[in-house]
Amino acid sequence: MKLSTTTRTVAVSAALAGTLALTACGASNESSGTAASGGGSSASSAPQLSGTLVGAGSSAQQAAMQGWTAGYTTVQPGVTVNYDPVGSGGGRSQFLAGGTDFAGSDAALGDEELTQAQDRCGRGGVFELPDYISPIALVYNLPGVDDLNLAPATIAGIFTGAITSWNDPAITADNPDANLPSTPITAVHRSDKSGTTENFTDYLAAVAPDVWIGGAVQEWPVPSGEAGAQTSGLVAAVQSGEGAIGYADESQAGDLSVANVKVGSDYVAPSAEAAAAVVENSPKVSGRGEYDLAIELQRDTTGSGEYPIVLVSYHIGCIRYDNQDTAELAKSFFGYVVSEDGQQAAADAAGSAPISDTLREQAQGAVDAITAGS
Amino acid sequence: MTTTSAPPPQPEPKRRVGDRVFAGSAKGAGILILVVLAGVAVFLVTEAWPAFTASPADLAGGEGVLSYVAPLVFGTLLAAVIALLIATPLAVAIALFITYYVPRRLAAGLGYVVDLLAAIPSIVYGFWGIAALAPALVPFYGWAERNLGFIPFFAGPASATGRTMLTAGLVLAVMILPIISAISREVFSQAPLLHREAALALGATRWEMITMAVLPYGKSGIIGGAMLGLGRALGETLAIALVLSISGGISFNLISNTNPGTIAANIALQFPESTGLDVNTLIASGLVLFVITLAVNMLARWVVNRRADFSGAN
Repeated sequence: MKLSTTTRTVAVSAALAGTLALTACGASNESSGTAASGGGSSASSAPQLSGTLVGAGSSAQQAAMQGWTAGYTTVQPGVTVNYDPVGSGGGRSQFLAGGTDFAGSDAALGDEELTQAQDRCGRGGVFELPDYISPIALVYNLPGVDDLNLAPATIAGIFTGAITSWNDPAITADNPDANLPSTPITAVHRSDKSGTTENFTDYLAAVAPDVWIGGAVQEWPVPSGEAGAQTSGLVAAVQSGEGAIGYADESQAGDLSVANVKVGSDYVAPSAEAAAAVVENSPKVSGRGEYDLAIELQRDTTGSGEYPIVLVSYHIGCIRYDNQDTAELAKSFFGYVVSEDGQQAAADAAGSAPISDTLREQAQGAVDAITAGS
Repeated sequence: MTTTSAPPPQPEPKRRVGDRVFAGSAKGAGILILVVLAGVAVFLVTEAWPAFTASPADLAGGEGVLSYVAPLVFGTLLAAVIALLIATPLAVAIALFITYYVPRRLAAGLGYVVDLLAAIPSIVYGFWGIAALAPALVPFYGWAERNLGFIPFFAGPASATGRTMLTAGLVLAVMILPIISAISREVFSQAPLLHREAALALGATRWEMITMAVLPYGKSGIIGGAMLGLGRALGETLAIALVLSISGGISFNLISNTNPGTIAANIALQFPESTGLDVNTLIASGLVLFVITLAVNMLARWVVNRRADFSGAN
């Protein structure tokens, strides 16, 4: 059996190669070192900087970050911004360990992490800027129904599997005019770990605590319903199944119909303005530093024109950097990110919602405070 | 002057440079395989260890490594077994067809086409699965739910997208088809000519000749090929991650949208956003897959060796 032996060897070595690739992947996450060099000391009014700013974190921000780095290159061609989309948790821990200059994270620092941040950044503390706001749309595929209103408890019922057909009384109550068929509902969720899932379940847990018992988690907690891998897989599943409904970044909805969500007594469609509004009107987390703009998102808001299913991603960095060059680079880059140009670049690249002017002023204040020294 | 009576001494075999280099590199390659294998095993065990020792409440799912891995092992085995049940008879039929029924000139071309299936990247199979196969199977799943619903496998509710365990098994079956059929073909073509001619001379039809002379001879080859196919099906990642609607849990229902995941697909899906102990848990599940795959390969080896004298392929 010569043939079988060789084939098996090939199979085994292929498996080994795969495992090795996994190891390599794990190792590369830890190897991003700080490398800022060369200060901008030219006499011109807009000093040209050069060097490298290193960040890591949220993969939800990746597309926006590409927009920012591309746009920033036209302003400061000498600066390289490296962003490693390792995931929010990895980004925070790398930043706190001093491996990176800033972190991108779908969640603000926890209390324990804030204590670690004191060691990382010294007395100055950290800035946390909610720079990336992306509305999450409920996309559905139901021919003949172009306009759909859903109350929070109904959404939770659909995604727990309690509501199984489109002409369920709970749905018809919100849509008296729509001609809803008896098609079975296929609720589609993400099969991979995802910040989108975390924000969506956080919303469900906040607005429908009686129906949704899964809590706010990254990995879908209910063993029911259809699942798709990543946003593209989820959207494809919704597209291919009649009667399917799922949640995805609003920019990825494509041709799919988008449901309106009941807020207060109105039904609100996801839009950049509505998403920015809920972030602006949410209170800051109390007891934090002056430039820590971590917000307590009001998922259960009743304000008109506010869309509460949003993904907010932060940029986390030090107010005081040890290194003068790093401080200048961070100040310049985040100045661009919060600027109108920067927010527009992210909107073009990732379909995110530009932050409001009020938020921009607060964020600019934090950026202006970035200094060097210990 | 040497005596003429004594035979000339055997010249000392001359070790040429080429011989030494070849022997050394061959030995090195053999040792390297073992070192890499041992390295992978050590890596998996050390990285998985924290997940085994950690308190169950800290792990994903909150109930410990074993209850986290159990549904994944179940899903992995279920998908692989479905694939094997579909692919093995088909592959054997293809191999028989190519070796004994098709005109010799066509046979080579046909065999080449089947082998070509192995060259298609698994992500392409994945796309084919979700874009073409799954939607095409939706009507069948609806029919199966209505008419075969009394069988637990088809209990439904039928998936509206077709991304079910059965679809995943079918995609895997196509992927492992070339491995099994290539090995079966090789073994069948080596069935002793004398046996075959004897059978025909005794008045056997071609089918009787195959059942009497070819299949008994090739049995170990078929089993070996099937085990190799099983190995590939167990480890398949991307196609499953794309095609299967993974919701967790253990279910024998093959046509619903709530399916257990597989180990490899689960690692691919969860790894990018995992940190700390979650990574250890994923590696622990990888260790389990490693052990299963090793066991399958050793089983195949044992089966083939047990009948080695009979197969004559060595």
